[in-house]
Parts: sequence; structure tokens; C-alpha cells
Amino acid sequence: MSDGDPPVPSAPRSRAIAPRRTRLSLVWILPMLAAAAGVWVAVTRILAEGPTITIVFRSAEGLEAGKTKIHYNGVDVGTLATIRLSDDHQRAITTVQMAPKTESFLLADTKFWIVSPRISGASVTGLATLISGAYIGMEIGKAPETQRDFVALETQPVVSGEAPGRFFLLKTATLGSLDTGTPIYFRRLEVGEVASYELDPGGQSLTVKVFVNAPYDQYVSPGTRFWHASGIDVSLSASGLSVQTQSALSVLVGGIAFEAAATDPVLPPAEPNAVFTLFGDRSAAFKPSSHDPQTYQVVFKESVRGLAPGAPVEFRGIPVGEVVEVGAEVDAQTFQFSAPVTILLDATRLGVKIRDLAPGADLPAVRRRMIESFVAHGVRAQLQSGSLLTGALFVAFDFFPDAPAATVDWSQTPVRLPTTPGQIEELEARVASIVKKIDELPLQAIGQDLRKAIAELDRTLASARGTLDSADALIQPDSVLGAELGTTLEEVNRAARGLRVLVDYLERHPESLLRGKSDEGK
Amino acid sequence: MELGLQGCELCGLLSRPAAGADEGSCPRCASELSFRKRDSLERCWACVVAAAICYLPANLLPVLTTTTAAGAESDTILQGVALLWSPTGWPLSLIVLAASILIPSGKIVALGYLLISAQRGSAESQAQRVRLYRMVKFIGRWSMVDVFVDTFTAALVQLQPLMSVEPGPGLFFFAAVVVLTMLAVECFDPRLIWDSTRRSEVQHV
Repeated sequence: MSDGDPPVPSAPRSRAIAPRRTRLSLVWILPMLAAAAGVWVAVTRILAEGPTITIVFRSAEGLEAGKTKIHYNGVDVGTLATIRLSDDHQRAITTVQMAPKTESFLLADTKFWIVSPRISGASVTGLATLISGAYIGMEIGKAPETQRDFVALETQPVVSGEAPGRFFLLKTATLGSLDTGTPIYFRRLEVGEVASYELDPGGQSLTVKVFVNAPYDQYVSPGTRFWHASGIDVSLSASGLSVQTQSALSVLVGGIAFEAAATDPVLPPAEPNAVFTLFGDRSAAFKPSSHDPQTYQVVFKESVRGLAPGAPVEFRGIPVGEVVEVGAEVDAQTFQFSAPVTILLDATRLGVKIRDLAPGADLPAVRRRMIESFVAHGVRAQLQSGSLLTGALFVAFDFFPDAPAATVDWSQTPVRLPTTPGQIEELEARVASIVKKIDELPLQAIGQDLRKAIAELDRTLASARGTLDSADALIQPDSVLGAELGTTLEEVNRAARGLRVLVDYLERHPESLLRGKSDEGK
Repeated sequence: MELGLQGCELCGLLSRPAAGADEGSCPRCASELSFRKRDSLERCWACVVAAAICYLPANLLPVLTTTTAAGAESDTILQGVALLWSPTGWPLSLIVLAASILIPSGKIVALGYLLISAQRGSAESQAQRVRLYRMVKFIGRWSMVDVFVDTFTAALVQLQPLMSVEPGPGLFFFAAVVVLTMLAVECFDPRLIWDSTRRSEVQHV
């Protein structure tokens, strides 16, 4: 085609180069590489997919499809994929895309729950969820079989199932200030917490499930007592004021303390989930349990102000029981008011031992004979003041040999034991008689006599002063008596000198006594 | 070609190919000479196919992973478009949609059309095809803007531990699409568009 008329004849010829051998260009490596990269990414993506599970929640509050994560020990092991309502609109059914290799987590008793911030006074948990939104917590079970459909727990468990330690059950009448997470104290050391609580069937009592951490759970033995250590326990009783607290924290948020009684024998650790009674306070916890209680009644005619249920009953200072109830009754004929006080006597419980009891003896009969004997010997119940400060009273049995004779009527229920007016009443009567005597004194007459006597005394004193004044004048230095006294003394002086001259002379001339004065001296 | 002369692209010297050969080297500067770009269609096809393959993961994989205190979140390009779509932000959303999805796919389709028509020797709408070629070539260099924006964001937003942005695997595929389409445009010889006309014109003469 170019042979016709070459317009540029002077163009030089280019150098020939060897023709290419391959037809397939290396450039086709590019799409192959791209395809390989794409396939590799796709394969890793597919491999990164873990199992898909469904979890049923009572409420999906805080959950968000595509965002909410499943955390196990702080590791992200899955993402919530979808949320939908169940057919009856009561529950939220969610599907969760788990991370790869999580099949071993998904066991029949694996638990899931929504983690949300929890402030229980003693501790604050799940704070991270305030910023990041709720996440789903999980606890891996121990069952051998796997599962893909789960029902979430309604509340977050306080204690992880893997934490070493033991659960115990406490029976209590009221929950008090307890809550999940409330601390458990052992010798004021925080050793556990309340895991959960539930109302027993019938609604009469509560069962509190507590968890005691590992090294301390061995101190929980069958004889251990648990009690409410909530707040400050101030008790004002016949024995005075007592204040009990566990720690400053428990004052605020409450708590449970446990301890074995010092007198109890050392027992092996209690079984897990052993049931204990949760006492109201420490003293109730350590009160010996009832042994063989007998109910009696003592009727007082005096005021029972200051006598409360729980007040001790003592026999000559030894506690033998406690007051159960303080009643009141009026006699329809005499309109006399009296207070029947029901008391529970349990001497053996309080440590009174019975000696020389014949084996197989009828204990009630022995007791009846003993009480009859006591009453015959003058044992009477009396109200006594335990503390002058609080005015709390207690019932005391003691020997009153002067008390009027009394008998015990065993046909009554409860049996009434004879009483005697209390110390207070006796004291009142005595004081009243003293006041009466003081009242009877002729105070006015005494006063008049006293005034007369005082006037007389006044006069006597005045005359005494006159006498003293004249005596004073007599002994003045410039008085007549003084001057005369001075002259007299001079005379005496002179006489004494003359006497001395005479004595000297006689010493030298003793003969002069016979012969008279010689002349040689002259 | 019709004159039997080849112009050297480096030194501009016109020369006649050696006898019996379409290709040779410039007698003056020794650069390769040919009537048309060597294996233009084949290379171009390879690049377009590779770009098309990369286009899938580029759109299916996340391009950005945003980690905040609320957790990590990965977004693909389409999710980003959906995220930006709001009553006030829709223009921005449209820009992202155009720049990141429509233009790369349009480039691939346009190149495919140019290649097929050139291979068939079609003589239809040659002027439009050349205009299309110029447009594809012009747009090519601006397609990397997306990649730049993403890499800049990733480099700048590193407020550990509050927030950080990291490029996702989709970004690498997206960059590969852009680079491969640019290479395809470079490989394509627009003179091929006119070859069919010359052939028919020559036959007429």
C-alpha cells in the first residue's frame, strides 16, 4: 500500500529486532494476582466465621444488632447479629455470630447475661458499659454436650462459677439491708458476698445464698453462726448499753458476719449449700439454743415499767430463763390490777447442771418436787432493777424466809409461781415511812424554842463581854494596880537582898547565931 | 502506517521499518519502534480484568476501621455512603458515591467497551469513543483522592486510646482498582479506534 508514491524518501530504515517468542504476555499475571488476593481474602473471611447461636433475653434493653459484643473474661468472642421479638412479644430473640473456634464454649449449661453497671454500695461493677453500652457476659459451663440455643439469665450473677469457694444458704425472716453483693465478714475481714436471695414458697421466710471465698470457706463449720451485721446495733438492756458494728462500710451498706462460738468444739468444714439460720444480731446468734424450756407465770401487782420481753430471769444471780411476755389483767371483783409475766425457764440451756440425777428418773416430777421445796423454803419471784440508769427490770428468784407461806397450783397452765413485792416497792414504802416521820416532827415548836434560846444566848454573851472589858482595864500597864505592883516588887527585891547579906554573914560567923553579932565586923 | 513510516516517540525521528518486520528500533536513539503500542489490547484487557476482580473485594471489604471507646466499627464504602446520607449531608454522600463507586465501575465499563469495539474493528461513533478515552484518562489521576483521604484520616486520627482509625483491607483493593485502570488506559492505544476506518478507506481507494 505504501509502494505507490513514497512521499518521504529520505526516511532511514529502522533496525530490525528479533521477534518475540511467547504470544501470552506476562501482563496476564496481574488479573491472576488480583484473583488470588480476592480468593484469599474471601477464604480467610469465611474461615473467620464462628458458629451462630441464638440467645433469648427477657428484655433486649441496651443491646444493638451489629454492635453489642459477647465478652468472656474480657475477650471479645462474638457479636450480636440480629434482634427480633418472639412470637408472643414477651421475649427478645437474638442471633449471635460467635468468633471462630468458640464451639467448645457453647455447652448446655453455658450462661449468658447482659452486663450493665451495678452499684451495690460495697462495689461498683460494669462501669465500662456506661461508655461502651451494654455487652453480653458469659460463663462457660461444664456439661459435656454442646448447644446452640440459650436462654439468658435475667440478672447478672454476682459470683463467677469458677471462683474458688463455697455457697451456703441462710434462712432469715427479713432481708434487712441485704442485697446481692453485700459483703460477708469473718472476724471483720471481708471474705465473701451475697450471691442471691429468694422468697421461700409460702412467703414466710427468705433464703439468702452467700458465697464465701476459698481460703475462708473452711472456717464455716456446721456449728457456725451467721448474723446480720447491718449498720450499728445499739441495744439498751438490763446489762447496760452495748454497741456492735462490723466495719464502717457495713454500717453504711449492711453485711453478714459469721463466726463459730468460742465454746463450740472444732468441727469439720460445712458441706457446700449447707443451710444456716441468719440471726438478727450477734448476741442472738450466740444465745444457746433452747433445750427443755418450761413456761411459768409470775404475777406482779407493782409497776412493770422497765420489764421487756427478753429480760433475764435469775435465780440468786444465775440466769435461768427469760421473760417472754408481759401481760395485764384486772380482777372483776376487786378491780385490782396486776401484771402476769410469762417467763421461760430453761436452766439446762443456760448451763445449770443437775447433779446426782438417778438414771431413768422422771425429770418433770423431780423438777416439780424441787420447785415445791423451793417455794416451801421461801423462794419468791421479785422484780429487781438491773440498771439504775435505764430503769430496766428483771425477774429475780431468791429466798425470802419471811414471805407469807404459798403453794404452787400445778393445775394451772401456765403454772403460777408465788411472788413478793419487789425491792423497788419495798424501798418506796421505806422512803414513804421516813417522809411521814419527818412530816410528824413539831418543827414549828422546835423553831420557836430555838429562837428563844438564841435570844438568851445573845444576852449572856453581852454580859460576858462587860466582864472581860473590866478585867482588861485592870491589867493595863498604866493602871493603879500596875504601879502598886511595881512598888511591891521593889520592896520584895530589897528584902531579898537583905536576906542574902544575912545568909553570907551567918556563913562566915555561924557562932553569931549563939553569941550575937561580934564587933570585929564593924 | 499507511505511509510505511514509524515515528520515534523519544527523539521524533521518522524511519521505515526493516524489511518484513513491523517492529524495530530507532536508528538514532535505539528506542523501540512499532506502528501501534505493543500488545495493546492484550495488556489492556489484562489490566481491566484484574481491576474488575479487585473491584468486588474493594466494595465488599471494610475500607476504614474506627475504634472508639464504644468499640470498633468497620465500614465498607457503601456503608460509609449510607452513614453520610442524611437530610443535610446528602451532597457529601453523593460525592462519595460518585467518586468511590460510580467512577471506578464506569471506568471499567468504558474500557471494556473501548476494547471490545477496537477488537471488533467497529467503525461506529469513533469521535465519541475518543472523547470517552480522553475522559477516562483525565479522571484516572483523580481517583486516587479516595485512597489519599483514607490514608490521611488513618494517619491523623490516632487519638489512642480514645479513638483511632485504621485502613481496612478494602482500601488496598480499591487502590489496586485505581492503579490497574490507570495502567489499562496507558496500555490502550487510541489509534486502534481509527484502524478500521483506514482499512476500509484504503480498500475504497
